[in-house]
Amino acid sequence: MSDHNTLGEILRERGVSRRGFLKFCTATASMMALPPTMTMAVAEALEKAPRPSVIWLSFQECTGCTESLTRSHAPTIESLIFDHVSLDYHHTLQAASGDAAEAAREEAMHAHHGKYLLVVDGSIPLGDPGFSTIAGISNLDMLKETAEGAAAIIAVGTCAAFGGLPHAAPNPTGAVSVSDIIKDKPIVNVSGCPPIPSVITGVLAHFLTFGGLPELDQYGRPMVFFGQSIHDRCYRRPFYDKGLFAETFDDEGARKGWCLYRLGCKGPMTYNACATMKWNQGTSWPIESGHGCLGCSEPDFWDAGGFYKALSIPTSDLAGAIGTGLGVGAAVGIAAGAMAHKKKTDAEHEREPLTVEQLEGES
Amino acid sequence: MSKLERIKVVELPAEQNLRPLLHEIGHALRKLADRGEEHVIDLRAMPFGPGDEAALMRFLGEGEASGRVDALGETRIRESRFPGVWLIDHYNEDGGRIALQIEITRMPSILRTPPEELQDSLAGFGLALKERETN
Amino acid sequence: MTPTEFLVLTRGPLFDIAVTIFVFGIVLRLFEVLILGRKADLAAARGAEFKPGMATVMRRFVPDREKLQGSPVVTILGYLFHVGFFVCLLLFVPHIELIHSTLGISWPGLPTAMIDAVAVITMLALVGLFINRLNSKLLRFLSTFEDYFLLVVVFLTLFTGYLAFHRIVEPYPTALALHLLSVELMLVIFPFTKLMHTFTAFLGRYYNGAMYGRRGVES
Ligand code: SF4
Ligand code: SF4
Repeated sequence: MSDHNTLGEILRERGVSRRGFLKFCTATASMMALPPTMTMAVAEALEKAPRPSVIWLSFQECTGCTESLTRSHAPTIESLIFDHVSLDYHHTLQAASGDAAEAAREEAMHAHHGKYLLVVDGSIPLGDPGFSTIAGISNLDMLKETAEGAAAIIAVGTCAAFGGLPHAAPNPTGAVSVSDIIKDKPIVNVSGCPPIPSVITGVLAHFLTFGGLPELDQYGRPMVFFGQSIHDRCYRRPFYDKGLFAETFDDEGARKGWCLYRLGCKGPMTYNACATMKWNQGTSWPIESGHGCLGCSEPDFWDAGGFYKALSIPTSDLAGAIGTGLGVGAAVGIAAGAMAHKKKTDAEHEREPLTVEQLEGES
Repeated sequence: MSKLERIKVVELPAEQNLRPLLHEIGHALRKLADRGEEHVIDLRAMPFGPGDEAALMRFLGEGEASGRVDALGETRIRESRFPGVWLIDHYNEDGGRIALQIEITRMPSILRTPPEELQDSLAGFGLALKERETN
Repeated sequence: MTPTEFLVLTRGPLFDIAVTIFVFGIVLRLFEVLILGRKADLAAARGAEFKPGMATVMRRFVPDREKLQGSPVVTILGYLFHVGFFVCLLLFVPHIELIHSTLGISWPGLPTAMIDAVAVITMLALVGLFINRLNSKLLRFLSTFEDYFLLVVVFLTLFTGYLAFHRIVEPYPTALALHLLSVELMLVIFPFTKLMHTFTAFLGRYYNGAMYGRRGVES
C-alpha cells in the first residue's frame, strides 16, 4: 500500500462497493456529528483524502485513552480510518521498542515534516524531568521536538488537554497540559477521562476529511462534540425542570429515573457528548446508569469540590461560619447595645429640663 | 439492596424527549408531500433516554416495504406505517450498529443503484454474457 | 485563575467570609436595637401587647388602599419585587439544596420554568422601581446614593442568576461564580445598609402594634 493512495483508492482496492463507501461516509458524518446532508461532501472529500502520518506520544497517563479508542464503537470505521492513517509511532501499540521505535519517530518526523499529525495523551511534568521519560528523553523535550514539525496537535484526554489527574492538587510533578507548553501550533483538545472513543475518531476523521481542524470552543474543544452541556441534552432534564430528584442512590426517585442533581451531578457545568453519543457501543452512559456526571471533560474537575456534592452547595464549612458570626455578633452586639443603652440613660440623666423662665430670659 | 427491590421500576414518560423529533418528522413529511423535498434525520444526535427508541419504533410501526443491503455489513431498511417515512439501520460486519437514520423520501438513497457503478456493471454484464454464450 | 478555580474560591472561602459577616452583622444590629429597648410605659395597660403586635406584623403584609392610590407604581412594583425575590430565593431547587446542606431543612421547589418567569418579572419590577425613582421629583430628592446602589446590587444577584441559569455567560463555572460573587456582595453589605429592613421592619411593626394594643387602640 503506497503512501500516495487516497482513502477512496484504498477502499476500492479492498473491494468495498460504492454503496459500502457511502454507508461508511454516512457513519463517519454521523460520528463527526455533522448533519446527514453533509454525507455527500464527506464522501467527496474522503475519496480524495491523502494518507496522513500520525505520531502518537504518551506522557503521564494511564493508557485509558488509548484503551478507550481501541475498544471503540464501530470497528469497521475505526479500522478503516486506522488502516488509512499511517500510525508511525505509538509506543504502546507499536511492535518496535527502544531505539528502533525512536528511530521510527525521527524518520516520520523528517519524512513528513510540517505535515504529520501529532496526537498526545498524558500531561507533561515540569517539576523534575525524571518523573517521566521515554528512552531517556524527558517528556518536555520530546513534546517540543515533535511538535515543531507537526501540522496540528490533538491533545487526547483531560490530562493532555488540561493537566488532568496529575495536575490535581497538590500536583506533585508540576504537571501541565500540551497547550501550556506549545503556543504556536493549532491544538485540538479532546477532553474526557477518558474521552468518548467516537469523539476521538470523529476528530481524526475530521482531519482526514477536511484536512484541517474543526471549529473549537474557548477551551480548544471541537464545538460539534463539546458545544452543549450534558445538562442541556440530558434525558432526565424534564425531571430537573419539574423539581423531581433522587435523594439517595436507592430511593424511589433513583428507581424512577429522576434527576441526579442532589446526588452531585455536574451535568450543568460539563460540556461533552455523552448524552447523545453514549458509551459502550451506544448502550448507555453514566447518567442513564444512575450515576451523576463527574464533569470529567472540564479543566480541574478533580478539584471542583466533591463528586457527590450538589453544584450549588458551598464547599467549605458553612456551619462554622454561621456559628462564628452568631457568637461574635452576639458578643459585640450586646456590648454595643449596652453602650448605646448607657449613652441613652446618661443622656436622660444629664438632660436639664428647659424652664419657662429660661425661655423668657433668652428672648 | 432489599429496599431497592421493593420499588417497582416504571417506564419513563418517553414523550418528553420524543415530541420534538416526531414533530420534525411530521414537518418533513409535509414538505415531501407538498414539494417532493427529501429529508434525513440522524438519530445518533438525539438525546434518547431508556425506552425512547422503543417508543419511537412503536409509534412508527411497520409498513409494506422493507429491504436489505449487504455492503460493509448489513443495512436494514424498512418503511414505517406512514408511507414516505423510512428507517435505515446500518450495521458493521460484527453486527454492531454504526448509524441509525430516518429518511423521509419515496425511495431511500442506499437502495438506489449508485451511478458510479453502472459502467463497471455494464462491463461485467457483457463479460458474463459472453462467457455464457461461448460455453 | 481558571473558571473552575474562580468557582471553587467563590463557593468556598469567599462564601464563608460573606456568611460570617452577614450573620455577625445581623446579630450585632438586632442586639443593638433590642438592648436599646423602649422607655417603660408607666400607664396601666388597657390591652394585651403580644397579640396585637403580631397581628400588625401580619396585617401590614396587605397593601392598604390609601398607599395604593397615593403611589401605585411603588406599591405594585414593590410587592411584585418582594414576592418575586423570595420565590426565586426560596423555591429554586439549587437554593433549597444550599439551605438543606447548611441548616438541614428542606422543602419542595417550583418547576424551573416558573422560577424563570418569576425572575424575569422580578427584574422588570426592579428596573421599573429604579426608573420611577429617577423620574419622580420627590423620590429623587429623597434618594441617597445608597438607595440606587442597593437596587443595583439586588438586581445583580437576580441578573447573574438568570445568566447562569440560561448559560448566557460561558463557561458555566464562571457564570455560577459571578452569581455567587454578587450574592456575597449583598450578604456583606446587608446588615449595614437599608437591606436590614428585612428584619427590622418586623420589629418596627411589632412595636407599633404592641404599643397600640397596650393602649387598647386598634392599629
Ligand atoms: S441528571 Fe444531571 S445532567 Fe441530567 S438533568 Fe439532572 S442535573 Fe442535569
Ligand atoms: S457523564 Fe460526565 S463524568 Fe461521565 S463520562 Fe460523561 S462527561 Fe465524563
